[in-house]
Amino acid sequence: MTPLLEIQNLHASVEEMSILKGVDLTVHIGETHAVMGPNGSGKSTLAAILAGREDYDVTGGSVFYQGEDLLEMDVDERAREGVFLAFQYPVELPGVSMMNFLKQAVNSVREHRGQEPLNAASLLRLARRNAELIHLDPSLKKRSVNEGFSGGEKKRNEIFQLAMLEPTLAILDETDSGLDIDALRSVADGVNALRTPDRSFVVITHYQRLLDYIIPDFVHVMVDGRIVKSGGKELALALEERGYEWIREETSAVPA
Amino acid sequence: MTPSADITRFVTAFEHREAARNGSHFWLGDLRREAMRQFTTLGFPTRKTEAWKYTNIASTLRRTLATDVSVVSVDNARAAPIPGLDAHVIVFDNGRYRAALSHIQDLPDGVLVTGLAEAAQSHAWLLRRYFGRVADYETCPFVALNTAFTEDSAVVYVPANTVLERPVHLVHRISSGQDALVQPRVLVIAEDNARLTLIQTSVTTSAIPTFTNAVTEIFVGRDAHLERIDIQDEPDGASVVSSLDVTQDTGSTFHNSSFTLGGSIVRNNINVLTDAEHCQTFLNGLFLAEGASHVDNHTLIDHAKPQCYSSEYYKGILDDRATGVFNGKVLVRQDAQQINAYQSNKSIVLADTARMYAKPELEIYADDVKCSHGATTGQLDDEAIFYLRARGLTEKQARSLMLVSFARDVTERVTIAPLREVLDALITEHLGA
Repeated sequence: MTPLLEIQNLHASVEEMSILKGVDLTVHIGETHAVMGPNGSGKSTLAAILAGREDYDVTGGSVFYQGEDLLEMDVDERAREGVFLAFQYPVELPGVSMMNFLKQAVNSVREHRGQEPLNAASLLRLARRNAELIHLDPSLKKRSVNEGFSGGEKKRNEIFQLAMLEPTLAILDETDSGLDIDALRSVADGVNALRTPDRSFVVITHYQRLLDYIIPDFVHVMVDGRIVKSGGKELALALEERGYEWIREETSAVPA
Repeated sequence: MTPSADITRFVTAFEHREAARNGSHFWLGDLRREAMRQFTTLGFPTRKTEAWKYTNIASTLRRTLATDVSVVSVDNARAAPIPGLDAHVIVFDNGRYRAALSHIQDLPDGVLVTGLAEAAQSHAWLLRRYFGRVADYETCPFVALNTAFTEDSAVVYVPANTVLERPVHLVHRISSGQDALVQPRVLVIAEDNARLTLIQTSVTTSAIPTFTNAVTEIFVGRDAHLERIDIQDEPDGASVVSSLDVTQDTGSTFHNSSFTLGGSIVRNNINVLTDAEHCQTFLNGLFLAEGASHVDNHTLIDHAKPQCYSSEYYKGILDDRATGVFNGKVLVRQDAQQINAYQSNKSIVLADTARMYAKPELEIYADDVKCSHGATTGQLDDEAIFYLRARGLTEKQARSLMLVSFARDVTERVTIAPLREVLDALITEHLGA
C-alpha cells in the first residue's frame, strides 16, 4: 500500500544555512506520528516545507503525498488535496469574518473533491457542530478571524478549521506552545475527536506533555536536521525523563 | 491666488447667460452675480495652492468645457432605484430636475423634495433663508462657479419634529454629447428634531469626458439627525469636484459616508461646522483607485463650540499608477473645550507605482480636548495571504477576500441594509473579486 506521506532524505536550507540534513519519515493512513526535538532541530522547518512555505530551499530528497510530488504543489493546491497545517502562530485577519472565511475555504476544498458547495445554512450547522466538538466559544464565529483571540482561542480555532476542512493529513506545528494545562487538554480532546482511520496526524512538539493527551502511534526524535531515533509512545516518556542529551550522545557516534 | 486666463471663458459664458435672462430678475440673480465676482477674484487653484498641492485640476480646466448642457438623452433604465430600497427617488439629468422620472410619494406634511423652480414658487422664504448660506462661495472657487451658474437644485426640506422614514435618494445622471461642465446642486434642511437619510448617487453615462462640479449644502437643526451616503461610481475620463458644506446646530448628529469607486480625477471637499454644543459628527469614506485615476478627499471639521464629538474613518485601495490623497483637518477653536475628535486613515497600496498621500492636520487652540489621529499605508499582508492559501483559497481569492473585508469595514457603518448589500456588490465587482 502506498504510504500517505513519504519523506525521503529531505535536505533544506534557509539563506544558505543547512537546516534539514536528510529527513526520512513514512506515514500511513490513519496513523498519528509525533516528531519531537530540541529547539533548532528543524521540526518547524519540516512543518513549513510540508505546508508549502517558500522561504526555504529544498536542496535534496523528496516528499510524496498520496504518491504525488508534494513539493511541486502550490500551497493552496496542497490544502485542497487534503493537507492541513495547524499554525504555531495563527495569523490575525482583521475585517475577515469567520463565516465568510470558512465558507470560501470549505467550498474551495469541496469543489476540488467534486462535492456541491455548502449553502449558508448548512455551513452554519456544520460550524455549530464542530465548534461544540472543539469547545470553541460560539461567539468567536461572529468575529474576525483570530482578531483579538487569546492564545488558547487561536489554537482551538486552528483545530476547529481542521474539523471544518476534513483533511487527510493534518500537521500540528507546536500546537501546545503557549497553552496552559486546561487549554492544552481541551485542544487535545478536539484533536482526539477528529482522529479517524482515514486521517493521519503529524504532531510536532517540543514537550512530551501534549503526548499525554494525544497518544501517538509512533514517536520520532529529530536532532540537528535528521530523525535520529524512532519508537513507540514510550520513547516520548523516556525523553521526558532523560532529556534530549542522551539521544545526542547515543547518536553522536553516527556519522553525519 | 492670481486669476488665470482659464477663467475668462467662464466669465464670458456667465455674461451670455445673464443677458439671455432678459432682465427677468429672479431672487437668485444677486447671489449668482456676487458668486461670479468672487470667482473672478479667486481664480482656479494651481499646484502652488497648498490645499491643491497633490491634485492637478488644471488639465481638466484647460479642456473646452461647454457650460450649457441642458439637452440630454439618458438611458432611462439607469434611473433604476437601488434594489430592495424603499426610497423617495428624485432624478436630475445634468443638474436639471426630472419630475417625470422621480418617484416621490406620501411625504409627511410639510416635507419638500423637489427641484428649484417648484421650491421657489412654494417656499421662496426657505430658499432666501438657506440657499448659498453655508456653501462657501467666498473662499472656494468651485463653489463660487457652481453658485454663479445655478439653474436648478435639489431641495430637500424636513420641517421641525418630522421624521422622514424612507430615505431620499438623489440620482444625478450626467450625460453629454460634448466635453461639458455639469454643475449639480443640492440644498438640504433638516429642522429642529427632524430626521432624514439622504442617498446621493451619481452616474455618468456618456463616453465623452465630463467635468462635474457639484455642491451640496446641508443644515442640520437642533437635535436633528441626518445620515448621508454618497456613491460616486464614475467612468474613466470623468473629473469630479464635489463640495459638501454642512452646519450643525445644538445636539445634532451628522453621519456621512462617501464612496468613490471610479473616475479619473475626483476631489471631495467636506467642510463641517459645529457652531453649537453637543454635536456628533461622523465622516466615513472609502475609495478605490486604479489605472491612472486620482482621488483626493479633503475634509475639515471645525469645532467652534464645546462638548462635541467627531469621528473620521477613511480607507482607500490603490492599484496601478493611481494616486490617493487624504487631508483631514480638525480645527478646535479656543472656546471649544471638551471636544473628542478621532481620525483614522488606512490605505492599501497594491502596486509600487501607486501613491498615497496622507495628511492629518490637528489644529487645536483649546486645552481640554481629546484628539487623536492615525494614518497607515501598507501592502497586503503576505502572512495573511499565506494563511488563507493554506486553507485552500487561491491567491486571487485570498487577495480579494482581504480587500473586500478591508472595504467592508466602511460599508458596515452605513445603517441601511439594502444599501450595504449594493455597496458590497459594487465594491466586489470593482475589485475584480
